[in-house]
Amino acid sequence: MLGGRPAGVSTLQFAMDDADGVDTRQRLVVVGNGMAGARVVEEVLERGGGEQFAITVFGEEPHGNYNRIMLSHVLAGEEHEDDIVLNSHDWYADHGVTLRAGVRVMRIDTHAKVVHAADGTTTPYDQLVLATGSRSFIPPMTGLYSGDDELLPGVFGFRTIDDTRAMLAAAAEHERVVVIGGGLLGLEAARALQGHGLHVEVVHAGTHLMNQQLDPDGGAILKQSVESLGIVVHLATRTTEVVGPDRVRGVVLADGRVLDADLLVIAAGIRPVTEVALLSGLEVERGVVVDDQLRTDDPDVYAVGECAQHRGELYGLVAPVWEQARVLADLLTGTDPDAEYHGSRTATKLKVAGVDVATMGVNRPERDTDEFLVISEPRRGVHLSVVVRDDKLVGATLLGDTRKVAFLTQAFDRGTPLPAERIRLLVDLSDGAEEVGVAELPGDSQVCNCNGVTKQGICDAVAGGCGSVGAVMDATRAGKGCGSCKALVKQVVEWAADGDVTEDPSASWYVPGVPLAKPALIAAIREQQLRSVSAVFAALGPGGAEDAKSKMGLTSLLRTVWGAEYEQENDAKFINDRVHANIQRDGTFSVVPQMKGGVTTPAQLRRIADVAEKYEVPMVKVTGGQRIDLLGVRKEDLPGMWADLGMPSGYAYGKSMRTVKTCVGTDFCRFGLGDSTQLGIDLETRFQGIESPAKIKMAVVGCPRNCAEAYVKDVGVVAVGNGRWEVYVGGAAGASVRKGDLLATVDSPAAVMQLTGRFLQYYRENANWLERTYDFVPRVGLAQVKAVVLEGSPEVLADLDAGIQRSIDAYTDPWGQDGAQPATPGQFRTALPLVDLPKVPVR
Amino acid sequence: MSLAHSDAPEAPTTAPARAGTPATGVSDGPAAPGPGVPHVVGRVDDVPPGEGRAFVAGGVQVAVFRLRDGSLHATQAACPHAGGPLADGQTDADVLVCPLHLFAYRWSDGVSTSGAAPVRRYPVHEDAGRLVVTV
Ligand SMILES: Cc1cc2nc3c(=O)[nH]c(=O)nc-3n(C[C@H](O)[C@H](O)[C@H](O)COP(=O)(O)OP(=O)(O)OC[C@H]3O[C@@H](n4cnc5c(N)ncnc54)[C@H](O)[C@@H]3O)c2cc1C
Ligand code: SF4
Ligand code: FES
Repeated sequence: MLGGRPAGVSTLQFAMDDADGVDTRQRLVVVGNGMAGARVVEEVLERGGGEQFAITVFGEEPHGNYNRIMLSHVLAGEEHEDDIVLNSHDWYADHGVTLRAGVRVMRIDTHAKVVHAADGTTTPYDQLVLATGSRSFIPPMTGLYSGDDELLPGVFGFRTIDDTRAMLAAAAEHERVVVIGGGLLGLEAARALQGHGLHVEVVHAGTHLMNQQLDPDGGAILKQSVESLGIVVHLATRTTEVVGPDRVRGVVLADGRVLDADLLVIAAGIRPVTEVALLSGLEVERGVVVDDQLRTDDPDVYAVGECAQHRGELYGLVAPVWEQARVLADLLTGTDPDAEYHGSRTATKLKVAGVDVATMGVNRPERDTDEFLVISEPRRGVHLSVVVRDDKLVGATLLGDTRKVAFLTQAFDRGTPLPAERIRLLVDLSDGAEEVGVAELPGDSQVCNCNGVTKQGICDAVAGGCGSVGAVMDATRAGKGCGSCKALVKQVVEWAADGDVTEDPSASWYVPGVPLAKPALIAAIREQQLRSVSAVFAALGPGGAEDAKSKMGLTSLLRTVWGAEYEQENDAKFINDRVHANIQRDGTFSVVPQMKGGVTTPAQLRRIADVAEKYEVPMVKVTGGQRIDLLGVRKEDLPGMWADLGMPSGYAYGKSMRTVKTCVGTDFCRFGLGDSTQLGIDLETRFQGIESPAKIKMAVVGCPRNCAEAYVKDVGVVAVGNGRWEVYVGGAAGASVRKGDLLATVDSPAAVMQLTGRFLQYYRENANWLERTYDFVPRVGLAQVKAVVLEGSPEVLADLDAGIQRSIDAYTDPWGQDGAQPATPGQFRTALPLVDLPKVPVR
Repeated sequence: MSLAHSDAPEAPTTAPARAGTPATGVSDGPAAPGPGVPHVVGRVDDVPPGEGRAFVAGGVQVAVFRLRDGSLHATQAACPHAGGPLADGQTDADVLVCPLHLFAYRWSDGVSTSGAAPVRRYPVHEDAGRLVVTV
């Protein structure tokens, strides 16, 4: 259970009146332990209400109170459910609050002033707060229910942690999901499930996505962004029928089309939960009707949160909940007996399917005299608009770019004067004229809507000693909701600390499990002579604890530091490095023999062909690195294949030097200016298998025509004539594309080899774990790289040369080595599938 | 502007008042181990320290791990996320990390610290050098 405590530990604890052992406090009962109910309790306690009230909270969910808006992140696998707990069961116990978790309230007897719960108990109250929230609205469809009340297996709402867990479990087993509803919730669910590898289709009854918040143009742009993620969107149609019968098999749309689906997620809006209020005879329209003091028509019964209807409005976001909770706590505790709630402004910041959205007020002009400014950049997924009336901002919609949200919110809230050039409302013109930044934000303006944190709250945290953005976020919870305000939180912290912000210490650690930056870690490893990963954890890990996710990075670092003197521990290696092959999505492996410079022979090709046939290799593929990949190999076949191939490993699996591509250079090409093929082979021979923070790909070309793409490699070498070679570093042509920076032009292949070695060693010693050269070089700066590897002192250069040489000397071909004699028992035993394993009889 | 209260523009005329919770019952974690049957799957030495190996126990595929502190753990062999070979994963005293997408599962209760479904655990112990898994 979420935020739970061990069984058998009592959660009951009453603060008794010391004199006679009788609790003289008033009894405050809260029905609903969601975001509103729990917040009311927190606010009451904050005002010293613990002495005035004996508080009891009923929650239908068995859990402590958790951050509901983070469920999308849990569904996406970005957060662990333990991390979204706001108040654990222990919190209630520690604060003397009785939590009746897992107990549903049936009705309230407002005359006798008692609460009747589903477990048959009755609980008297003096003041009562209804905070029953909403539930998913389930539109009528044929075939939706399997029994009387049971939704067909595979159909889910999206409201609770239990919904989320059930979807996660189902997502692991199924492939196709249809999401009904193209609003905030539906799109969040769609993106999260897509992240689990499911094929996702969204069916939306409106004519554009998020039609509650966006105008049709904005919706169309959002649709593009969503579709570019690979999510299929069907607009202006509804689902009329669910295909069963045993579980969801598909849905039928109103236009007759049938979509296959194993899962159906319904996010077609929400409805306030009003049963308790109805059965108790309270006034209910769409929600429980309350006045400006959040009172229902019974003077001792209040309602807050999504179940409450105030001045005809229902709210579906959390910011109004915080405002209501504050007002109610002021009233209940008497802190401000005249406190009133006047409704919430509808400025919202959200992150939907990875797209930032901020909206406030109206989203299109309503009068002839309204000014309307739109900037639409469909290709960038950006759509910005403002509506100005009588020189006041009355509405704004920001999609895909919310940099101006702080200023616009302020203008919307306070009616501050607007720039005469209206375009400045939406973009910062480059003349740098008076920019309204965080400095001008009033202290009480809300920075984090999700957790109700104001600019002043952040400033107070900084003044109170929080020195980093992370510390402020931990202390105030700012930025820990939907996350869309993180950039603004950072700006405010930086402003409040006057630039004196420390980096979060963990950001500089080489691996998460050892609290040291790389230089300090290397120094400690050398000083304490730590030669194995377990020795590093024992000496440097917090409390000597090991950390699974740090092991691979440490293995690489120890090899870099110690070369052959590193002490092998197979469990500290990632599976690829344990079996010297690249694991594939089905648990099989790929085998790539070394083919230096991409040059091979008929004999090699024949052998590869024979091996591929002998081991029934399902796919033989020529790689981008100029080698041949044998894919789909069973783990247990690896040693046999290596022996039959008789070729060394191509290191296509490790965080190490992988390949050197070459062109045919002077040998055959009529343009060749240098012998690129031979230099490539020599580079690969010298640096083969060198471990590094991330993979290293190189190329050598015989002229600037660049046939082997040397400009976009970690190290790229280009012959420019007269025996001269250009050496480029930090290039990339993967998920990001970057042309390498020219490090130097040298005049012999030997000089290329030496410079490459120095650059690699500098990178190996200074880059973070998994930091490719294309991030590393811009981070430290080309000038710095040059200062060390070109202009360093003789000692520095000698150290670099010795460091790389140590690793070069430590090279052994892993295939030759482990193929002959396994490093550990069962090194090449299959892990999947297991059907054919010998079974030892039970004794 | 009314907020996300109803994302469907026209409200359907008949709205059944039903909770939007799924029919599938989910427990808070793997069920408490019932009275299972013990199976000798191999020898403790078959599993190198810190690593895992896959076995079949009574027709069930299991992954058995021997941590560096000597403790033994057993889980289902295939990762709940996308079927990855858990025996090829990496371990520490708290969690098992699947090799395919690096989802982590806690030994204590099988729950994923990365948001996947929980992994099923099986009791495992040593008996005179033999590995015994109860399924
Ligand atoms: C997946 C998701 C993402 C969201 N994202 C955002 C976002 O990014 N930004 C934003 O502002 N808002 C977001 N929201 C909305 C936000 O979560 C709600 O506005 C907020 O939770 C409302 O609080 P509440 O206390 O009124 O209702 P709830 O949090 O739903 O709490 C009501 C509680 O009362 C309990 N209850 C009901 N009836 C009874 C009874 N008879 N007896 C006992 N207990 C009862 C329920 O079990 C529930 O635990 C999101 C919501 C979801 C589901
Ligand atoms: S890069 Fe230049 S030398 Fe090499 S193959 Fe292309 S044209 Fe010829
Ligand atoms: S299969 Fe295990 S993490 Fe994806």
